[in-house]
Amino acid sequence: MPRALEGSQAVARAVGLCRPQVVSAYPITPQTHIVEGISRLVADGALHCEYISVESEFSAASVALGAAAAGSRAYTASASQGILLMSEVLYNIAGLRVPLVMTCANRALSAPVSIWNDQQDAMAVRDAGWVQLFCADIQEAVDTHIQAFRIAERTEVPVMVCMDGFTLTHTLEPVELPEQQQVDDFLPPFHFSRTLDPSRPLSMGTLVSPDYFSEVRHTQHEAVLATATEIESADRDWEAATGRGYGGLLQVRGDPGAVTGILALGGVLGTLEDARDEYPECSAVRLIKLRSFRPFPVDALLRACEGLEDLIVLERALSPGGPGILWPEVRASLCEMERPPRVHGVAAGLGGRDIPLSILPRLLSLSGNPPGRFRIIDLEPERLPREGAHD
Amino acid sequence: MTEAQTVRIEHLRRRQPRFSGLAPGHRACQGCGQALAARLVTEATGPDVAVTNATGCLEIFTTPWPESSWRVPWLHSLFENAAAVASGVEAAWRMQGRESKVLAFAGDGGTFDIGLQALSGMVERDHDVLFVCYDNEAYMNTGIQRSSSTPHAAATTTSPAGSERMGKRHLKKDILGIIAAHNMPYAATASVAYPSDLRTKVRRAMAVKGPTFLQIYAPCPLGWAHGGELSIEVARLAVQTGIFPLIEMERGRVIGVMPVREQRPVTDFLRPQGRFAHLFEDHARAREELAHLQALADHNIERYGLAGEAPQRFDSEGADTVHRGGVRRG
Repeated sequence: MPRALEGSQAVARAVGLCRPQVVSAYPITPQTHIVEGISRLVADGALHCEYISVESEFSAASVALGAAAAGSRAYTASASQGILLMSEVLYNIAGLRVPLVMTCANRALSAPVSIWNDQQDAMAVRDAGWVQLFCADIQEAVDTHIQAFRIAERTEVPVMVCMDGFTLTHTLEPVELPEQQQVDDFLPPFHFSRTLDPSRPLSMGTLVSPDYFSEVRHTQHEAVLATATEIESADRDWEAATGRGYGGLLQVRGDPGAVTGILALGGVLGTLEDARDEYPECSAVRLIKLRSFRPFPVDALLRACEGLEDLIVLERALSPGGPGILWPEVRASLCEMERPPRVHGVAAGLGGRDIPLSILPRLLSLSGNPPGRFRIIDLEPERLPREGAHD
Repeated sequence: MTEAQTVRIEHLRRRQPRFSGLAPGHRACQGCGQALAARLVTEATGPDVAVTNATGCLEIFTTPWPESSWRVPWLHSLFENAAAVASGVEAAWRMQGRESKVLAFAGDGGTFDIGLQALSGMVERDHDVLFVCYDNEAYMNTGIQRSSSTPHAAATTTSPAGSERMGKRHLKKDILGIIAAHNMPYAATASVAYPSDLRTKVRRAMAVKGPTFLQIYAPCPLGWAHGGELSIEVARLAVQTGIFPLIEMERGRVIGVMPVREQRPVTDFLRPQGRFAHLFEDHARAREELAHLQALADHNIERYGLAGEAPQRFDSEGADTVHRGGVRRG
């Protein structure tokens, strides 16, 4: 029976159903409601867990690392500046192959300071070695967190579940929360193969010389690529148990036969779907919801783009002075196609700028044209005061 | 128990091979105070522990993959988070009902400077962790750069002595005072020159349920520029001059000190070390700094009540003389 739940509350409960043994977090908007929700579960005795309020995001990630290395299921959550502050630890967790799950409540990065949603924070730690799964709605966020623990623990690769700040964390949607038994059946207790144990001492985090470094990194690269199978099977098995699946690595929505496609990450997919109803003349569009950004699902993407003449990549982040972040990755992947589509790259909705339904015809107007350079598509320069203008 | 039995048990105890968490064959320099200190600490803790280790010499010289000197579970994450990682291990073990003790090891950089925030958090949250600071008074692993633990007037590569500077301009941070301000159940200083005292303090810390802190004076022959064979001598002189007082604190209150009955002049401690060579040049600034350092040592003697009465006949150079007739406070 679905019930109206705020995204953060729903995720807090979903995480609670996964029975984490150690949760550590430091508050940052828009992540706060999630960790408040988990604290409440602990305070009410609904979740038997060490909830550790740390003194920084750096320690939040470090405590989770230590807990998982010691063999407990661990979870943390953050956003924006918090993700940047813990970025050193994020690389470290992945390199140590310590499995844990965190939520990134996607938010812009300062300066200028903005508490609102884009996906710059997740992009900033793109290369940390984590699985990064993006959710398009609250139900997907709930289900993806449960899948994330299984993916992480089976592959010993940490998983970051990305959900758009405010648009998903602070809004209400009808949500189906799974039964405890369903989650227990899906997610067995955590057993870490390399846990810290005085009766079986091992050294983790040793110095690796140039003689071995490339091989160790290669192993890590292969391990993250190999999570693709687990991401797919976790989603498949969850769908078999609950009837809810999200396409595994990516999902094609809209008109699958259309020759123009739009690819995006996260909640904006919902906007684009609604826009198809609002603008029937624009309904012939294939919407590609990239769920897994890391690993980057090249094979699934090639299949999803079969027959496309134009693909518009819509980004919610910016690499100043660079050619986009998502766009060049998509373009490079599609080079393998015999007849690759024209791939257009744009950013929109930075720092919480609303992405209206009218974005759809605007994006589609790019199709048929030669792809230009990467640009921000929803600029309104007239909003800024002109230089030297005083009144 | 008869006296003969006591003697026999004592004899057997002495023959018992001592557990050491740190196996020989690691790559520390000759005379490394930190390697010795880490061995002494793990001898006292025994094997039922896990170590989280901050980045630094200890981490580098013990674990060149695929080798490791550690005989206890050991986890190195980063420079600034040994205390936070230890918090996580401890929380996990608490949830699992495991009684093993968690140790966090860091140098002075990982304690006084970049790791201070995580350490403060760990103590505030009351994690059952023994945090050990191996204090060699500079960033030795990166090539002898100044830290906030570097003593006043010591020359390092980033506080060199020159025509305009007499080494480090600032004072050594009072880390024990900072730790004590956290209402710490047990905190102490120790020195590799007094191994029995050091082990005793480790055992006391191990017996406490809650956060404990040990600052161990660990000479670095390379960074301090003295011969490797002088490490113990230099460490002992630091205590005997009053430069590095050996004290124990409970809940911020001094409960015990190692007495300094015959205070040696600070120049005895400074002269063997190249890092203080500029203080022995013939000019007024050097003499002024020497006087300053002597005053700091005198201040320590006064502050912690280290001065004892007349020398006792059991006193000997290098003996573990803690509490033997010395001044005890509280």
